[in-house]
Amino acid sequence: MKYYQITIDHKQITVPEGTTILEAAKLVNIKIPTLCYHPDQSIKANCRICLVEISGKDDLVAACSTPVWEGANILTNSRLVRDMQKGVLELILANHPQDCLRCIRNGNCELQNLCEIFHIAKSNLEDEVDALPVDDSSPSLARDHRKCIKCNRCIEMCQDVQGVSILSHAHRSIKYNITPAFERNLMDTLCVFCGQCSSVCPVGAIYEKDDTDKVWEAIDDPKKHVIVQIAPAVRVSIGDAFGMAPGTKVTGKVVAALRRIGFDKVFDTDFTADLTIMEEGSELLHRMKDHGILPMITSCSPGWINYIEGHYPHLLRHLSSCKSPQQMFGALSKTYYAEKIGLDPANIFTVSIMPCTAKKYEASREEMISNGYREVDAVLTTRELARMIKTSSIDFIGIEEEEFDLPFGISTGAGVIFGATGGVMEAALRSVYELATGTALNNIEFTDVRGLEGIKEATVVINDQPIKVAVAHGLSNARKILDYIDNGQCDYTFIEIMCCPGGCIGGGGQPIGSTLAVKEQRIQGIYAIDQDMPIRKAHKNPAVLKLYEEYLGTPLGHLSHKLLHTTYRARSEDLHLLSLWQKETASSKE
Amino acid sequence: MKKKYVKSLIGIGVNAMNKTVSLISKNFKNLDPKSLQEYLHAGGYLGLEKALASTPAQVIQEVKKSGLQGRGGAAYPTGRKWEQAAAVEGPRKIVICNADEGEPGTFKDRYLLQYDPFKIIEGMTIAAYAVGATEGYIYIREEYKKLQDQMKIVIASALEGGFLGDNILGTGLCFHIKVVSGAGAYVCGENSTLIESIEGKSGRPRIKPPYIKEKGLFGLPTLVNNVETFSVIPVIFEIGAEEYSKYGTEFSKGTKLISLCGNIQYPGTYEIPFGLTLREIIYDIGGGIRDGKKLKFLQLGGASGAILPASKIDIPYTYEDFEGNGLTIGSGAILIADETNKVVDYMKSVQDFFLHESCGKCTPCREGNRQLSKIINRFVSGTASIEDFQTVERFARVMKYCSFCGLGQTAPSALLSAIQHFPDEFYQQIHKVRKIM
Repeated sequence: MKYYQITIDHKQITVPEGTTILEAAKLVNIKIPTLCYHPDQSIKANCRICLVEISGKDDLVAACSTPVWEGANILTNSRLVRDMQKGVLELILANHPQDCLRCIRNGNCELQNLCEIFHIAKSNLEDEVDALPVDDSSPSLARDHRKCIKCNRCIEMCQDVQGVSILSHAHRSIKYNITPAFERNLMDTLCVFCGQCSSVCPVGAIYEKDDTDKVWEAIDDPKKHVIVQIAPAVRVSIGDAFGMAPGTKVTGKVVAALRRIGFDKVFDTDFTADLTIMEEGSELLHRMKDHGILPMITSCSPGWINYIEGHYPHLLRHLSSCKSPQQMFGALSKTYYAEKIGLDPANIFTVSIMPCTAKKYEASREEMISNGYREVDAVLTTRELARMIKTSSIDFIGIEEEEFDLPFGISTGAGVIFGATGGVMEAALRSVYELATGTALNNIEFTDVRGLEGIKEATVVINDQPIKVAVAHGLSNARKILDYIDNGQCDYTFIEIMCCPGGCIGGGGQPIGSTLAVKEQRIQGIYAIDQDMPIRKAHKNPAVLKLYEEYLGTPLGHLSHKLLHTTYRARSEDLHLLSLWQKETASSKE
Repeated sequence: MKKKYVKSLIGIGVNAMNKTVSLISKNFKNLDPKSLQEYLHAGGYLGLEKALASTPAQVIQEVKKSGLQGRGGAAYPTGRKWEQAAAVEGPRKIVICNADEGEPGTFKDRYLLQYDPFKIIEGMTIAAYAVGATEGYIYIREEYKKLQDQMKIVIASALEGGFLGDNILGTGLCFHIKVVSGAGAYVCGENSTLIESIEGKSGRPRIKPPYIKEKGLFGLPTLVNNVETFSVIPVIFEIGAEEYSKYGTEFSKGTKLISLCGNIQYPGTYEIPFGLTLREIIYDIGGGIRDGKKLKFLQLGGASGAILPASKIDIPYTYEDFEGNGLTIGSGAILIADETNKVVDYMKSVQDFFLHESCGKCTPCREGNRQLSKIINRFVSGTASIEDFQTVERFARVMKYCSFCGLGQTAPSALLSAIQHFPDEFYQQIHKVRKIM
């Protein structure tokens, strides 16, 4: 490899060929300001804030997109550079609603950070903010196009990483904007509501629908018994929002904080994750024995469900019929739990804390009703819970840890690894092997299915039969697997698919700044928790076993079927459009 | 702003006091542009034959010797460009002819497409031979629909005549050309944007590197030249580089097609040797200002070019003299404005054009043009303030230094030069000054 000797701000450094000026500057501890740049994405060079001067050449280049060359003499803070960066920032600001104090990203906005650095006290430019409506059509996400700075990160996420391609650009010049096709609302598209766009947005142009008011209202209502469940991935991510190191385990702190906020009972989604394994594992064994449809694909991830329903509806029969752990919990909360504590389910308000924006959509689906009641009444993302904790004046870092309530507080290592890609598969294998063979599994760690590789494969021998399994995360990887199935090239028996890259630890509702590096640390955190658990197999969870004994009967039994399993349907953009068209023509006739 | 083309009132060369020349324009209106026979009869394809008799390296050497510089606007030495393109390794290479002539006031490529289309494809074929390309594209602006159709006919007959295809003139040279239509965006005249457009994407420029010569159309090594550049090539081989370079000046070799338009007696496309003064062009070739009016200013090189006051028209039309005076030859457009034109109003039409044509991708161009438009509107309505001068200057600089592509970088140059040469007309439009006056 070739090396180049260059000078950055009078400091010499030797870097390999292909290094960009931005990367080289980092090596000499110069952090060039950026806005459209994202460490996990391709270089876009469209915001033009990272410009640097080539000494003696009266020329500026974008540091993010320009590779160094031999003898390059770069100035990152010359008068010209500072003037130009400030000018670009002023231009952005003149087109940006300056309502920072009311913005959901206040204090956590990359544009705001730049403004802090450059301090633009006044500008001679005339403000002109695009008059575009906020799209709050979906239960998951809101888009405020007026705040969009056209960095294109969300487009890359939606098109290249997720392969859903709902967001694109339209028009040109000052009408240029980021939008679904024909400028439809998200709800009128096949958006999967994964929220990955919101997790890479540098500003407040796309964000989670905030449901904290709804939850506060329930908590403040003395008639309501408000219970809450926490997803596996939240316990290694919410610390980020309080400045803790990524991946730090804060389970006990979240439990304590939720009690201080005022929830009546604090439960663990890990419990219903274990329950999911019982049902899903049994379903898999059943399909294998009875020549059912294989491969069977997991159904825990609502973004994934939205994807297959919208984009590959002809493969829906491959989906496990199991509800997700969130919905299993919800179903039990309005039935078993209500009976157990002797409360009218109408007075039980079930909240879930999820790393996910699609969970909001899932909870609102018409199938997700048990015993006549909505299973989950409100879904908060990790970001919203962090907000509630802050509103409640809780010193999160200092708060003393507490334990979950019973009965849904007992869980296993199998339940917690649901939070990382490959976790559901590994948890399932731990149980399926033992349930099918009747012998104990020696090595319970299936490391082949762990990690950030897009598609992972493993083969497990069960009763002398090799079973091939696969794990995919990120919908563009899911698509590859679905295409294998479509082309008849698929010899997998069981497949885990998670919508978001990295699995739930990389969910679209996680604290802003979930880069690949952060995801790695969260994954480590998840497996560390698993390792410390006294029980690490779902079918050994005593509380789950008691639930079957007391209430459900057997996995796949009648009551399980009624409460814990669901059905799917094709989502068609065309059908939806037809109804829109009918609505429009009806209103135009009026 | 929708570009309007001023129809030539008269034929080429008439009333031009013999100051025009006929090298690349010699076939204009002298033959049926669709007839291969007539083209051959007029000496067509002699250039290709001569080129094919030499090695590709010799062809490039000859182009270098001619001193030809890209006629699309950037004036990059063509021979050097070809040499770089030839040096790139690759089994499939592409030659593209940029016929997206979108610069306001420019219509010289239209003449070449209309009156001598075979010459363009002959030039492209020589280029393909020189750089080792097998596929060619002509990207013609959407508004030239008829010329697209004519070009397709011309390509078909060249193919039939053995001047294109798998075995050109029996030499084994393989080269095919496709016609692609633009979709109405000015920015697609920028080469990387043009390539995006051919690929079916929306017209927005690409990051460089990778450079087009290495990864252009469909990721393949690509050479892009302007219509006029390709049209010069056969001439160079027909008459020899030495003969060609006798035209023009030491640093501006050869001839140039200019588009003369505006308040001029004889608007049209003319071929001139470099070195004539603007005065000669306006008065001897263009017949002076229409209706006996006085010349007020010129805009050179299209909407992205600078404004020049009448007092400076003794500058010779060469790359070197223009550069020394802060001007650019650009597309070869020369727009003439007489004394009845208000500079501020004219600048509004230029600014409206850029506000319409910015692709919106980068901040400085999208937001800079928005702000410049606001300011120019204030000058037009007489509500501008003294701060607006500073703001224009400051953000014109931001656009020049920071924009992603040439569109944003050059968009403010006309406005800056207009303020420089006609400050009074802007001052009159300042709110308080207006009240006093």
